Amino acid sequence: MKRFSCDEVVELVTAYLEGELDETTRCLFAEHLSGCEGCARYLGQIRATADALGALGASGPGAGGEPSRPPSDGLPQSARERLLAAFREHRRS
Amino acid sequence: MESFADGGLPPDDVVVAALRAGDEAMFATLLDTWSRGMLWLARSHVSTNDSAQEVVQDTWLAVIRGIDAFEGRSSVKTWVYRILVNTARKRGVRENRVVPWSSAFEHESPTVEPARFQDADDLLPGFWKDAPAAWPTPEGEVLATEMRGLITKALAELPHRQRVVITLRDVEGCTSEEVCEILEISPANQRVLLHRARAAVRGRLEEYFETAGRSA
Repeated sequence: MKRFSCDEVVELVTAYLEGELDETTRCLFAEHLSGCEGCARYLGQIRATADALGALGASGPGAGGEPSRPPSDGLPQSARERLLAAFREHRRS
Repeated sequence: MESFADGGLPPDDVVVAALRAGDEAMFATLLDTWSRGMLWLARSHVSTNDSAQEVVQDTWLAVIRGIDAFEGRSSVKTWVYRILVNTARKRGVRENRVVPWSSAFEHESPTVEPARFQDADDLLPGFWKDAPAAWPTPEGEVLATEMRGLITKALAELPHRQRVVITLRDVEGCTSEEVCEILEISPANQRVLLHRARAAVRGRLEEYFETAGRSA
């Protein structure tokens, strides 16, 4: 039976997390992880990365004020107000 | 997976009823929850941030006009994002900027530096030579803020398609089905783009922790 090497396992982590590996592949993947600290850690770090990205979303546009936020981090206030006005206007008509 | 970013939104039928009833607070909530992801998505089709903002504004105007006719054949979110993609594509064509959504190259190169693994002459080819080090658990507000800045920067540096997919999936909390429907890409393509994007962002975090560890 085929065994995965680490360089193969790291390319399967997303498919694994998405639940898209077939049964055989999933078993081989899990077997490798149980005996490989490096890959178990890699998987954990990919999960941690996804969680950190989710926390970014949870903080919401406009929250925080770090200078490194790109300009495209939410609509400018003026545009937001114009859209709210358009919404009010349309609902009245 | 239930999205964190959308955790505060009520079910679709409530959202639609509120919009039709002229509930401005509901409209503002949608604006504030989705506009950032929409801007990034728009930006992958047009050439400037200003153009992307106009695409997002045009999309919201179309939502205002179209909500009465919304039939609920998809989720509200998918409907809004589909309008966005169509608006952005039309504009992208006008600007002569068409971003291809599939790339053979992107599917093939490894996501982890091959030098991190043992090569053919070593004892266990393909197994770790330079395995990942443990990450510290971020503590305190300063580090959390620093991490957010770092992740935002890492996102900004990704190729457009990868950034769009990881933003929709991990930041905005869309499901893989929603992303495939919004972008009209195959599940396999979606997964490859997400995989490459997560691996790249993980790589930036690893560099950061290594540098922080050395200077500590």
